[in-house]
Amino acid sequence: MQAQTEQTEFGYNSKIEGDVVLTTVDAALAWFRKNSVWPMPMGLACCAIELMAAGASRYDISRFGSEVMRFSPRQSDCMIVAGTVTYKMAGSLKRIWDQMPEPKWCIAMGACASTGGMYRSYAVLQGVDNIVPVDVYISGCPPRPEAVLDALMRIQAKIGTQPILQDTVIARALNLQGTSNK
Amino acid sequence: MATVQDIEIGDSAARSAQAAAELQDMQGEKMVLNMGPSHPATHGVLRIVLELDGEVVTKADPDVGYLHRGDEKIAENMTYTQFIPYTDRLDYLAPLANNVAYALAVEKLLGVQDKLPLRCQYIRVMCCELARISAHLLGLGAFAMDTGAVTVFLLTFTEREKIYNLAEAASGARLTTSYTRIGGLMRDIPPTWCAQVQQFCDEFEVSLAESETLLTRNRIWVDRLRDLAVVSKEMAINYGLSGPNLRGSGVDWDLRKNQPYLCYADLEFDVALGSVGDCYDRYLVRMEEMRQSVRILRQCLQKIPGGWANEAHEPVSIPDGKITLPPKQKVLSSMEELIHQFMLVTEGVNCPPGEIYFGHENPKGELGFYIHSRGGGVPYRLKIRAPSFINLSILGELMPGCMISDVPVILGSLDFVMGESDR
Amino acid sequence: MTSLEAAKTIKAKFGELISEPVEFRREISLKIADPQRIAEVSSLDNYGDDPRWTVVYHLRAIVNGIEIRLKTDVNEEKSELPSVIGVWRTANWHEREIYDMMGIRFSGHPDLRRILMWEGYPYHPLRKDFPLAGKPTDLPGVAFTRVTPMAGGPFVTVAGGNDSIAREPRVRIPEEDEVELNARVEARGDNKAMRGQAVGPGPIKKQ
Repeated sequence: MQAQTEQTEFGYNSKIEGDVVLTTVDAALAWFRKNSVWPMPMGLACCAIELMAAGASRYDISRFGSEVMRFSPRQSDCMIVAGTVTYKMAGSLKRIWDQMPEPKWCIAMGACASTGGMYRSYAVLQGVDNIVPVDVYISGCPPRPEAVLDALMRIQAKIGTQPILQDTVIARALNLQGTSNK
Repeated sequence: MATVQDIEIGDSAARSAQAAAELQDMQGEKMVLNMGPSHPATHGVLRIVLELDGEVVTKADPDVGYLHRGDEKIAENMTYTQFIPYTDRLDYLAPLANNVAYALAVEKLLGVQDKLPLRCQYIRVMCCELARISAHLLGLGAFAMDTGAVTVFLLTFTEREKIYNLAEAASGARLTTSYTRIGGLMRDIPPTWCAQVQQFCDEFEVSLAESETLLTRNRIWVDRLRDLAVVSKEMAINYGLSGPNLRGSGVDWDLRKNQPYLCYADLEFDVALGSVGDCYDRYLVRMEEMRQSVRILRQCLQKIPGGWANEAHEPVSIPDGKITLPPKQKVLSSMEELIHQFMLVTEGVNCPPGEIYFGHENPKGELGFYIHSRGGGVPYRLKIRAPSFINLSILGELMPGCMISDVPVILGSLDFVMGESDR
Repeated sequence: MTSLEAAKTIKAKFGELISEPVEFRREISLKIADPQRIAEVSSLDNYGDDPRWTVVYHLRAIVNGIEIRLKTDVNEEKSELPSVIGVWRTANWHEREIYDMMGIRFSGHPDLRRILMWEGYPYHPLRKDFPLAGKPTDLPGVAFTRVTPMAGGPFVTVAGGNDSIAREPRVRIPEEDEVELNARVEARGDNKAMRGQAVGPGPIKKQ
């Protein structure tokens, strides 16, 4: 039995549909998920200050549902690595990433997190993608808060088209096959 | 077949005696708690290994180095100008101040500190004071947020956005400005900048008063900060504290007054001093320093040579082709300027062999650069005296005896930045 | 020169900044008049010279702002210096950092361990013979390091250095220059791969 492979975004127009919404479960669940991405701010260096500015009043990340900056990995969805990752810090960072429950995403914010930035030295990990799988890279040193919001919107677009039901236990129990687009 | 079991329950006195005996075994056991590198209240990547006896901290061992990026080694491979962006990232709350400190240090090595044009000095002072306000605002906001007063964080960040606008107008970047160059500035300030600074000063005083009504006489705030982590004068001097931490303990030492540089000698301002040396004093010193910075800014706006729009085209860099880049029109038409441009860009400013130490009054304390040069455009050794590194060393002495909920308060009152501490 | 003579010389030189030498149990004490504090301690690697290390202490008096720089040389075999933590508590972390970065030990230090790099890191990074790109290490579960790709950088021309000859175009004679010759051959090869024909300046024919 083949489940549908084409994923659509959650679309709803109240004038046409009225008060009753018909959509796929996947699209609805994805809509819930993407509008409440709770970031785990791995604020390490200067990019953390711009991340805080993105959370402050002018750029207001809470418009996107991400106001809850949970420092507990167990309660967060998206880890934003903001700042230089040193070799000393790498072990802790990987451990925190492992503690985050699925589904989880990672944003590498800034040049240092993406590739090591301008710190080509003995102590700096040249890019956090050496230890965690990164979904979105933001360039900039530091990137403006608008760039952080843009990255968040890209993550939201990625989450919005993610097939969810196929990965759940029920789906596996019912032997539903389908492409998993992680 | 159901089994029947007899259970004996003594009277309440016997039970409580038994419980007390069990508790006796547990008392005296200390717990080691790791306040890890990723923590909301550690202001960056600081790890503290706390030993707790119940709620009371008995031992605190700070573990730094999680942001050690090798700045000093990198400096041995860069020309003096190439290192300026790295100074932005030291105390990333006040990058303009770090830029000025580093430029002044290299200018001291060159021996041209007194040749700086006066307009350049006034602009640098204004940048330093704006950076001071910016750093204290964030320190205050994060400090208040850690103790629970979240509104202050949003208020201070709104004001910091205005400072970011000013920094962006002057240098092109909000946070990592790299505004100064050896011998001057990257470029002159735009003509509308001073008017924006004046507007900022007016609005900031109102906002600061608002934050003050929220905190300074707030019962909860005072109770949490008063008489906590008292640092005596002798202890402050012995541990090498500097900046508001030193002045909060009552030591009258401000590099702007005691060893004046730039045009601070011509400006009138007061130095805030604490009396007790507790967290509340350090908080009050920072609030007062912000007000004094506004006072300095207003004086600079009045006195800046060339006026706000610089119609007279006062220079902002030393007009010496061996130190600062010559104007581009001359570079493309004249041989001497072409050679100067080439040498400065490829080999860097040719500094004489020798060594200097220059300390600058940064918002966090005394940011010092010890430069040991053996000639040429690349330093042989550049040591950064980071105030946050020194300020953190007192933690092992301050924390034992306080409760665990006092730990974020102490950390916030010391106001350190890990980028500077670990370099 | 005995200790007392040395002390008297110092006193003669510095006048009222230094107190009269006091002898007690065959030790001489000199007191500096104003309360000095350490502004900072740093270390220098005189690579190639002997003694290899120089440790520099910057002292400053709070009262009147007098600054003194004290330097002392340490040779590589010994690599050890007595700690000044008994005089200034702030030297604690300064000395730990010098031990971490340069490898100079401080005797009498209560807790000499690494402060910026992690425990167990085998090298002392600020030494001149340690490369900026780092050396690979492996402490499984704790930390690891890899050699950083420098991509030819850092791009600084040091006068008289090995790379300045390669960088300065005036010094290069195209006919004899290996880099130039190879670059031309490679350019032709790239063009052939991209466009199908080997266009571009070919290898310089020697006359």
